[in-house]
Amino acid sequence: MLADIQDPEAFRTSFRVWLGENCPPEMRDAGRGEDTICWGGKRWAFTSDAQRVWLERMSAQGLTTPTWPCVYGGGGLDRAREKVFYEELAAINARSPLQSFGIWMLGPALLKFGSEIQKATYLPPVTRGEIRWCQGYSEPGAGSDLASVQTRAEDMGDHYLVNGQKIWTSYADHADWIFALVRTDREAPKHLGISFILIDMATPGVTTRPIRLISGASVFCETFFDNVKVPKENIVGTVNRGWDVAKYLLTHEREMISSGGAGLSGGRSLGSVLAQSSPDGELNDATLRAEAMACEIQSLAVGLTLERYKDQAAAGQGAGDASAMLKYVGTELNKRRHELLMSIAGSQALDWNAEHDSLPADWLRTKANSIEGGTSEVMLSIISRRVLGLPG
Amino acid sequence: MARLVITEEETMLADAARGFLDDAAPVSALRALRDAHKTHDPELWKQMAEMGWAGVLVPEDQGGADMGFAAANVLAQEMGKTLVASPFLSTAVIAATALRQVSDARAAAALADIASGDVTYALAIDEGAKFSPQTTAMTARRVGNGFQLEGRKGFVVDGGFAERLLVLARTDDGLTLFDLPADRTGITRNSRNMIDSRDASTIDFSAVAATGDDVLGVVDDAMAVLRPALEAGQAALAAEMAGTASAAFGITVGYLKERKQFGSPIGSFQALQHRAAHLWSEIEVTSSAILNAGRMLDLDPSNATLAVSLAKARATQTAKLAVIEGVQMHGGIGMTDAFDIGFYMKRARVAAEWLGDYSYHAEQIARIRGF
Repeated sequence: MLADIQDPEAFRTSFRVWLGENCPPEMRDAGRGEDTICWGGKRWAFTSDAQRVWLERMSAQGLTTPTWPCVYGGGGLDRAREKVFYEELAAINARSPLQSFGIWMLGPALLKFGSEIQKATYLPPVTRGEIRWCQGYSEPGAGSDLASVQTRAEDMGDHYLVNGQKIWTSYADHADWIFALVRTDREAPKHLGISFILIDMATPGVTTRPIRLISGASVFCETFFDNVKVPKENIVGTVNRGWDVAKYLLTHEREMISSGGAGLSGGRSLGSVLAQSSPDGELNDATLRAEAMACEIQSLAVGLTLERYKDQAAAGQGAGDASAMLKYVGTELNKRRHELLMSIAGSQALDWNAEHDSLPADWLRTKANSIEGGTSEVMLSIISRRVLGLPG
Repeated sequence: MARLVITEEETMLADAARGFLDDAAPVSALRALRDAHKTHDPELWKQMAEMGWAGVLVPEDQGGADMGFAAANVLAQEMGKTLVASPFLSTAVIAATALRQVSDARAAAALADIASGDVTYALAIDEGAKFSPQTTAMTARRVGNGFQLEGRKGFVVDGGFAERLLVLARTDDGLTLFDLPADRTGITRNSRNMIDSRDASTIDFSAVAATGDDVLGVVDDAMAVLRPALEAGQAALAAEMAGTASAAFGITVGYLKERKQFGSPIGSFQALQHRAAHLWSEIEVTSSAILNAGRMLDLDPSNATLAVSLAKARATQTAKLAVIEGVQMHGGIGMTDAFDIGFYMKRARVAAEWLGDYSYHAEQIARIRGF
């Protein structure tokens, strides 16, 4: 195993050689977008043999989840080798072999709160891309006020009976399992009656359907639970203390955003829109130009802030609650930029062509950025209470 | 690697500076200067020189500490927190950086004098209401072997007391930077009564004689010397403004926690909480631009223009927001002269205009980014 090599530079040398022999040439095109992502799961159809081979080879080395413990199928890399790992992948522009909510969210939750049996049961299939997970948090009546979830899991002695509805369950129509917040005590204060539960989507009574957004087709679904029987051992952590798990995961999610800058940067460039909408590629309208300058300044400064938080994370200084600021400024900027891009493109950007890569669909989709994963207003409340210490 | 992490040395420098300034130059010191109709404190500058601050950018050979631009920014930021009135920017940052672009004995001697605190400089560029070096009208006409300077400079920060002036004037085929003693015949200084209680002067030049020795750098090519000096000054001023913004914010958040209305601390009201959280976010984002500007000036100075303009543009907007919100959230007491927040508002306004306002730097950014 590559991960047995403890010295970072020795690991680099061996990993580089290994990559040369094992990373298929077709997989060296990272960053090409959604189509190149391998999500895995029982129903996953590999887009190429190379994609399958790349996943198999990396997971055999534990490197689809490089920092997870080896016993659960991870690579067991420490921080120094993890850094080397990503540097070497970037050097050949290799795709990530596997991405999933199992890796980003379920894994960290189980590693912190799960039982030994749960970790041994659920983590290895995630690392091999065999099981695809989705997240069941929000409900029609529980958005920003997530702790008011009403989907209930009733203790029937030898199992739980789950009834209710989840919404915004991304990729639920492709997922094999769902990790969800359910109410297990209706009498307790709302934060203290919630449990974190794992449900096989193939269980009778689970149905899911995609949601059409103002921007067109989306990955979001709504998922219904109608007398779904769930084994009692599927609760993660302590019964009724699921809120601790949920909170940990939400912070982890924002920290990930802050360390990776995922979803906050990139997108359509000002230059590309200008090139299409203005004959000389110049921005001649003074008002638009002023807004473009303001957006550019914000964009550069937010980009530097992401870089700074990434550098700080690498130096062992976690962002903690300050990650709410990154989510807030990044998503608000993205909305502002897309308003500007629409204005620059003018009447040329008004054709409805949502099934393809189109500016109007992107523009509409950005409106969800400051809602999903915690609204801007929730972020501001987190900053004011937990960072600034203003009274509740 | 971790380019944008504040180093341990920088933290120690900031802590040491804070310790000194809280004692030697709190906001009450500026208030006392103002009430005594003074704009600066020569004794304070002497102490700063003794600590190596005057020579922060002076080479060790000339008795300086040569700590680099990021370190100069750290000092400027701490000064900004308590609105310290000193010739640090004009002398230790701008003049020292200009002089460092020239390698001759006279420049070396001048750098040594800066480091020891024996000389202060002021930069005379502005002529109209806005910073615009390229449209300089003041002339330096060739007369015999030398020049004759004619014209007026306004908003010469520290120009009322500096011993020397860096003067930008138009020559036959471009702009030329002169390094003149402020008491040369034909120079008349008129100190303005500035809103921030600090020094700025209008300076008239009437048939002022200069020689080739008075030229800093090369005739008709002022920018070779001036551009690095301006960028160092702009970055340090941005850092000062970031300090001003964060201190104004700190005072304001303290007030939000302590002031009670309707039976509760006003900081418990969501309308104010979200504004405070937004302002904190802006300060955080701006601090990244400040740190980046210092790093660029130290690591890749010939490509630092974008980073510096970004820092000054952001700092200008953030400081403006911080002082406006500061006064508003304090309510009536924020409008009183007895309370400090107004001093922050006044300094932020002056600093916004000095060395290029938001529009000037936004234009620089737009030009570099190609639109």
